[in-house]
Amino acid sequence: MNHLLPLLVALPLLGAGLLAATGRLLPRIAAETAGVVVSAGTAVLALVLLLNSSPPLVEWVGGWPPKASKGGESVGIVLVGDGVGLGMAALVSVLTVAALAYSWHYFDEAPEGQAGTFPALVLLFQGGMCGFAIAGDLFNAFVFFELMSVVAYALTGHRVEEARAVQGALTFGVVNSLGAYAMLMGIGLLYARTGELSLTAIGRGLDAHGGPDALTLAAFVLVLTGLLVKAAAVPFHFWLPDAHAVAPTPVCMLLSCVMVELGVYGVWRVYGTVFAGPGGIPAAGLEHALLALGVLTGVGGAFMCWYQRHIKRMLAYSTVSHVGLFLVAIGAYTPEGDDGAALYILGHAGVKAALFAVAGILLDRYGSVDEKELHGRARELRLPAVLFAAGGLALAGLPPFGTAFGKAVSEEAAGGPFTVLYVAVSAVTAGAVLRVAARVFLGLGPEPEEAAQAETKGTGEEPETHGRLGRLPDTMVVVPTVLLAAALAMGVVPGFAGVVSHAVSEAGSGGAVVTTTHWTPAGVLFGLLSTALAAGLAALAVTRPHLTAPHPWTDPVRRLRSGHLGDYVAWLVAGAALVGVLAWPSVLGG
Amino acid sequence: MTFFPYLVAAYIFLVGCYGLATSRNLIHAVGCLSVCQAATYVLLLTVGYRDGGTAPVFSDIRPGSRPVVDPVVQALTLTDVVVGATVTALLLALVIQVVKRHGTADPDELRELRG
Amino acid sequence: MTRRARLLVLAVGGAGLTALLIAACLDLPDFGRAAHPYGTRAVSAALARHTANTVAAVNFDQRAFDTLGEMTILFASVLGTVVLLRQSRDEERAAPESARVAAPVRRYALLLLPVAVVTGLYIVAHGQLSPGGGFQGGVVAATAIHLLYLGADYRSLERVRPVGVFELGDALATCSYLVLGLASVLAGTAFLANALLPYGTFNTLASGGSVPLLNAFIGMEVACAVVVLLALFLDQAVEIEEEGNRNG
Repeated sequence: MNHLLPLLVALPLLGAGLLAATGRLLPRIAAETAGVVVSAGTAVLALVLLLNSSPPLVEWVGGWPPKASKGGESVGIVLVGDGVGLGMAALVSVLTVAALAYSWHYFDEAPEGQAGTFPALVLLFQGGMCGFAIAGDLFNAFVFFELMSVVAYALTGHRVEEARAVQGALTFGVVNSLGAYAMLMGIGLLYARTGELSLTAIGRGLDAHGGPDALTLAAFVLVLTGLLVKAAAVPFHFWLPDAHAVAPTPVCMLLSCVMVELGVYGVWRVYGTVFAGPGGIPAAGLEHALLALGVLTGVGGAFMCWYQRHIKRMLAYSTVSHVGLFLVAIGAYTPEGDDGAALYILGHAGVKAALFAVAGILLDRYGSVDEKELHGRARELRLPAVLFAAGGLALAGLPPFGTAFGKAVSEEAAGGPFTVLYVAVSAVTAGAVLRVAARVFLGLGPEPEEAAQAETKGTGEEPETHGRLGRLPDTMVVVPTVLLAAALAMGVVPGFAGVVSHAVSEAGSGGAVVTTTHWTPAGVLFGLLSTALAAGLAALAVTRPHLTAPHPWTDPVRRLRSGHLGDYVAWLVAGAALVGVLAWPSVLGG
Repeated sequence: MTFFPYLVAAYIFLVGCYGLATSRNLIHAVGCLSVCQAATYVLLLTVGYRDGGTAPVFSDIRPGSRPVVDPVVQALTLTDVVVGATVTALLLALVIQVVKRHGTADPDELRELRG
Repeated sequence: MTRRARLLVLAVGGAGLTALLIAACLDLPDFGRAAHPYGTRAVSAALARHTANTVAAVNFDQRAFDTLGEMTILFASVLGTVVLLRQSRDEERAAPESARVAAPVRRYALLLLPVAVVTGLYIVAHGQLSPGGGFQGGVVAATAIHLLYLGADYRSLERVRPVGVFELGDALATCSYLVLGLASVLAGTAFLANALLPYGTFNTLASGGSVPLLNAFIGMEVACAVVVLLALFLDQAVEIEEEGNRNG
């Protein structure tokens, strides 16, 4: 069984290679079918492996298992197929299938002879993300991290005729590459100290050297910088709204629902296997860094989310603020927090992908994703309206959605004042979604006036489909419906949470700590509270737009998002220094 | 001064970041990104150096007769070089499109995506 | 932000990062120290499999999975660049005009071209024996044929370099690498295990098991990828023009 682990990477890559080779000859329908078949096959493989992942699968690619005679270390690359890694790979694969199904005959006529290019790129993206999810070797993780990044830049800029698309993709590319190189500097430092590359061997090497010092701290900061850029934590997040607002909608589903979360997953994985030992960074260091950045990210993302009128951009900011919540859950550094983050990421993936899918419907129906311009225009879209509103409620944490479950478990693990953060962030981000639902699909509230301020509007977008759609393709409605149903099932199916927390504890603590996760009255109550607050905020925004319109006092914060590449790089450097400052006291104390 | 080569790597990385942040031309910015990446080559290669070491290639030296430098970092650097070159190619392709669509390569004038 | 504010943020962050990196450098082991546990193991593993060039053994045997990822990044960036630099709706092609090339340049380029191509192929073929390999040799071979652009003109380059063929070669080389990896899974060993072919005699062309084969696939992939990438960029510079811009 463990020999099959590398196939999670090899299958999509081979599919992409064959599609690229034959793309010129294949009719479009064959290319798209092949893409769906390969990604679905990989998804099945991921699920089969996931079912067999207890005890975790370990594979030495190239057949180089460690030999006791050589000091117990290997010269090869190790892949780790535990419940969490394979769970992420399965999530990646399932969402890839969803994105490819959604984009069925979706794009404008592919350029001549390039029918296979888009599905091939999506398959490469899937392969890269699966490779990162199961990597047990730090440099190998970097390679697949770069693979998914490179494909993501290309996919983001796919609509080259659009000025914003290419600009967003370039910002995305430069900022993420810089983060990746910072990560590689960190890998170099760790290699210098330990002379090893596999995660567990580096961890052992650090422990053998003794307590943490400046080198450990610098390596921690640099590796975390790379991962947090990918996770779009404040202040590394600036690229995300630019990229997610302009990428084709099916790509947004993948970027926002798994790629960003893989950054969070990477932080969890790398800290747990490399830095958690006595020679690494004490847990207090991780807690300070992640809780501080998590709160900043949650609050900042929610704030910016509320003031967006570009619907995809609003959803992108909502992702930023949810990443903040995931980081807080992981930063709590308890087994329950990890369970909560895992559940929350799964639920969020289904809900956010569904919301993006509906935004894509609006874009293709009306050539706009601008909340003000679309006011009342989408009354005819009944089912998408229901889906969008349900997605908003799920995002708010309405039980029994999987998002509500994850939120409840994380919130209890983080405890104390963080409960306020969870409720507030869920309420504000979901309030924005519900506000859009009420204005766009129901036409509630007064006709909006044109604001004179400089902000990113959602007008003047080109539809991604071949002309504007007369009738909605079934796939574009079925995909969000299924995704939302899956998000609902995660909170309802008995035993699902048990399976997830078993996988998390086995991957995190080797099964030493067994946690139970279930709905608690407090969790349900806070879920209902944040839903009520979200509905209230949405109602307020619809009936009294002036109360929630941007005020001069919000301008300084909004102006931080200047769209300037240099600013983002400056913030990245400052963010790396901030992580260092936050983790420093624990190193001195340890 | 046994740590001096490492400082060179750190310096290259930081100077690349400075260039990126203050760049007034996107092609220059992509070049600065390559500078940052060059720092990673320097770091990896200095980390792998052994005093008196030669290339880890045994077609003309007897194994064990001389110290050789760490072959692993050389392989990692090779991977890194390829990754860097391809990322640069892709980013330059994006710069070409940005210049076509916006008519400028100056980041100061690209202010459409904000707020 | 204003330029001033940006510099301020950069200065504060940069100062912190500089301090951290300098402190880390002081903690690094001495430059040139002898202890390299992984490196030492890699050398003995390479010798055990009769591969003279240890770097090639690391790239194509011990860490062949990294190389798979690396090759795929190159493949992906070619696909991505094809997409990004496609001729968009508002652009059209203009036939390139030939320019006069100075005679010495022409002679030198045409003389060098075959030498450079052969050198590239030699470097690919001897990847497991001497410094070099698929990546380096592929780049040399691919850039070599662009001497034709310098020595003759764009049209003759286009004649020897049908982009579609090279795109196909790029994809097929990638597939071959993967298929060889999968073959070892079908044989019941680990993915990309170097166990299918005999290791051969040390320091000969046919040594190292599947190392020369993987190396050759990489050489082909890199050569094709570089040709396609350069073709796309040259196309932008030479042929593609915006509409209404056809006056020269």
